[in-house]
Amino acid sequence: MMIPTGHYVVVSLLLFTTGVIGVLTRRNVIIILMSIELILNAVNINLVAFSHHLASLDGQIFAIFIITDAAAEAAIGLGIIIAFFRNRQTLLADEMDLLRW
Amino acid sequence: MLGGVLVVTMRNAVHSAVFLITTLLATAGLYLTLNAEFLFVVQIILYVGGIMVLFVFVIMLVNLDVALHQVQFNRQTWVAGLLSFALLAELLAAVALARSSSTGMQLLPAPHVPSASIEGNTEQIGRLLFTNYVIPFEIASLLLLVALVGAVVMGKKRI
Repeated sequence: MMIPTGHYVVVSLLLFTTGVIGVLTRRNVIIILMSIELILNAVNINLVAFSHHLASLDGQIFAIFIITDAAAEAAIGLGIIIAFFRNRQTLLADEMDLLRW
Repeated sequence: MLGGVLVVTMRNAVHSAVFLITTLLATAGLYLTLNAEFLFVVQIILYVGGIMVLFVFVIMLVNLDVALHQVQFNRQTWVAGLLSFALLAELLAAVALARSSSTGMQLLPAPHVPSASIEGNTEQIGRLLFTNYVIPFEIASLLLLVALVGAVVMGKKRI
């Protein structure tokens, strides 16, 4: 059974848009980070789908690197969130105005 | 499979983490249908086993009891949602156009029969990773080291 590549692209598109909506509309920083993970997953689906389509493994290598980046980004982001929460007792993105003068 | 991935209507508090796990598992299933077994295993171990544990841990660490009573969507929700749906419509139109026109995906060769039967997917990826992609591989390790140090510094008592 062979699923056409276009279906994977559409699924990745929907996942990407869901992530964009999550990043743009939520106030909770943790959920914003999770939406970023959704976006990275959408990119990965696209890469692997086209890697399968073109019978080349380069897309999967790139997907591995993206997963690595996502892990690093999640670690750093959650560290920042913990440090921020310890200082300000809030998680809302629009109350993070330490840099505002 | 399409329906499984689209269970990302995660608009609750801690539940969104659970739905994110569901989505990641469905993505792993998609990798499996694409003959990417190594990515399937990496996705499950790294995402579901590593990153999601980290997320849930942080969610438990910062108490969400207060956050449950706050407004969860910010002020630009409507504008942002409208723009996102415009983006979705545009990208869908682009995909539909590419599929219907002769210059798009039709021009690409039909999906090859996977050649992974001789040696496994993992062996091929490993060989490629250590021959053509050595430099990015080392840079990724350096990035992980930096992220490790950064996370430790961020987690210290006083910054």
